[in-house]
Amino acid sequence: MIAESTGLARKDLLGLEELTAEEIRLILRTAREFREVLDRPIKKVPALRGLTVANLFFENSTRTKMSFELAQKRLSTDSIGFAVSTSSVKKGESLRDTAQNIEAMRVDMIVMRHSESGAPRRLAEMVDAHVVNAGDGCHEHPTQGLLDLYTMQERFDDLRDRRVVIIGDIAHSRVARSNIHGLLKLGAKVGVCGPPTLLPMGLPELGVDVYPHVEDALAEADIINVLRIQLERMGVPLFPSTREYASLFGITPERLENAGHEILVLHPGPINRNVELDSRVADAPGSVILSQVTNGVAVRMAVTYLLAKTRLEAGHGAL
Amino acid sequence: MARSDLLIRGGRIADPAGDVLLPGDVLIRDGAIVEVASSIDADVPVLDATGLVVAPGFIDLHAHFREPGQEWKEDIASGSRAAVAGGFTTVCLMPNTVPALHDQERVRFVMARGREVGLADLRVVGAATIDIAGSKMAPLGEMAQAGCVAFSDDGHPILDSGLMRRILEYAGQFELPVVQHAEDTGLTRGGAMNEGVIATRLGLGAMPRCAEDIIVHRDIALLEITGGHLHIAHASSAVTMDLVREARERGLQVTCEVTPHHLFFDENWVASCHYDANYKMNPPLRASSDRDALIEACIDGTVDAIATDHAPHLPDEKEMGFGAAPFGVIGLETAFAAAVTVLLPHLSLPRLLRLFTTGPARVFGFDDRGRLEPGLRGDVVLLDPEAEFIYDVASSASRSRNSPFHGQRLRGRVVATVSAGRLVHGGGNRLH
Repeated sequence: MIAESTGLARKDLLGLEELTAEEIRLILRTAREFREVLDRPIKKVPALRGLTVANLFFENSTRTKMSFELAQKRLSTDSIGFAVSTSSVKKGESLRDTAQNIEAMRVDMIVMRHSESGAPRRLAEMVDAHVVNAGDGCHEHPTQGLLDLYTMQERFDDLRDRRVVIIGDIAHSRVARSNIHGLLKLGAKVGVCGPPTLLPMGLPELGVDVYPHVEDALAEADIINVLRIQLERMGVPLFPSTREYASLFGITPERLENAGHEILVLHPGPINRNVELDSRVADAPGSVILSQVTNGVAVRMAVTYLLAKTRLEAGHGAL
Repeated sequence: MARSDLLIRGGRIADPAGDVLLPGDVLIRDGAIVEVASSIDADVPVLDATGLVVAPGFIDLHAHFREPGQEWKEDIASGSRAAVAGGFTTVCLMPNTVPALHDQERVRFVMARGREVGLADLRVVGAATIDIAGSKMAPLGEMAQAGCVAFSDDGHPILDSGLMRRILEYAGQFELPVVQHAEDTGLTRGGAMNEGVIATRLGLGAMPRCAEDIIVHRDIALLEITGGHLHIAHASSAVTMDLVREARERGLQVTCEVTPHHLFFDENWVASCHYDANYKMNPPLRASSDRDALIEACIDGTVDAIATDHAPHLPDEKEMGFGAAPFGVIGLETAFAAAVTVLLPHLSLPRLLRLFTTGPARVFGFDDRGRLEPGLRGDVVLLDPEAEFIYDVASSASRSRNSPFHGQRLRGRVVATVSAGRLVHGGGNRLH
């Protein structure tokens, strides 16, 4: 049922920065086929029967973890979870210890979320198993980036020259980075918008435009990706109050109306309602925010399948 | 003591005070140099220096040997072995041990352990404040009496301007420098690397360069009213170099050191190393323009010394993720080779050697070492500045392995080290 003849010619998915446009398109095409499976009465295919996957979430996550687990079940893998937040492993185990233990259990694929930027990269270099980054620190969240691209493509078939603006805490957002890399590779024009305290150095060098005012961003945007806002980082407030943030940068029906054209609104969730995103926008008819969640399962199925396919074809098992 | 008599014969002598290499011999009796001449005969053991450069033993102004308190990372014995393997016969140890070296007893303990080990002459930089906590001045006078060579809260900056003023004033009466770790920590909280597009791409916490510049600026402003001697530890910023130059022109006593790793690497290495925390140190690797400015400052004499900031951490500690890993890298055994590799195209070998010998001796007021002259300590290194090799950290004498130079092609080898007339590293096959 899967038309693609080849998998991804790489062991790991660590970020969108290192993928080619062609690899991104392959994942999105494959996701489209899996997306159809999710609408069937029996939402399961035997594609990866016998593949063992460990989900290592060193940082709390509900949605991403569920989404990965669901994607794995749909592909008939054997998945184990690793309740890191309740185990002694949470603090004080080095990545090398983690890697050696996982290898000893003969796991084929590791899905890793970690509060440290680069942790999945380090792990990937220590293990033979595939590593999928489920979000590392402030670095990347590639499957979120891919599901955002997928959702954008559902509306705009071709993202080339489309203007996408990411709004919020760019400095600390792995979603922002994965979006920036993915969108630029697919030819979109990328902007960011937020208080100066939430914008990191060097954005123009990455090919990203900066909009100081949200009105200007909306005037030019075809798509906005609204990020979840956090008032403090390590005890340091980054803006005066969530109320002030909402008044300066919150996405409201009025602001969208004033833009004078249709704008597709994405949000990676969970939403701080009426802070970065007005409930009336989040819940509007035609909102794609819940489609993002469904698409996330399909994208994660595609990533899992395309990484494992190379291994299975190399004789580790039969499809 | 027969073992501290030695004739080093047949090498080319690099006198850091001059600018040429001249064939010559060095005679050491009772641990002290007694004669340097074109040809010496004496009835003492001979170290054959044929084909090698003979230079004064190196002086490191800045190292961490972790004893007492963190001996799993390094101890005074292993640190001393690493020092002499790198040509260092004098090493000044920073006080951020556990507990901190903030009184006479602790200063004496470390120096005594150094003498027991008996490889390099270990000196102590006393803590500037109690527990290096930055609030109460430590007993600087008593520590000076015990033999400490400078004062610092290294690892932590002295942030309180009023306290820093008092410390500069008070230390001045002992004619000892105050060594500042220049970092405005309000700007670097949660940081792991230099601020810029690379930190943005990698999603790593950013440490802007101005965190260093601000403290250097402030301390020079304080020095205007306090007098005394300010020494900037591990300077990493182009702005620091300009500030030091300008302050000296105004007659202020400001000195500075740079590390081999800041001369060799820039922040681009953090991108290419795939989050290897052996490229994480504080201050962080800076922009290539900063690195260029440090090299320029070594050439024009603004930099007084190359200091290693040898900071051992175990592999497991470094493998917690780049952001969580502790700052610091080892460097005693690679310092000379790193400096030769980077600087020898621009500097003659004698001038390069000043950064390891006369320069640091002047900064910490050592008048009994740093040159090859009768009456000075018999600290001598035999060098092969042409030798090329690929550094393998597994060969290190340190207890730790956190070197960014692992796998690097380097030039310049320390062949043998003589400390107070005793051969303490290498050269066994040249001893007759």
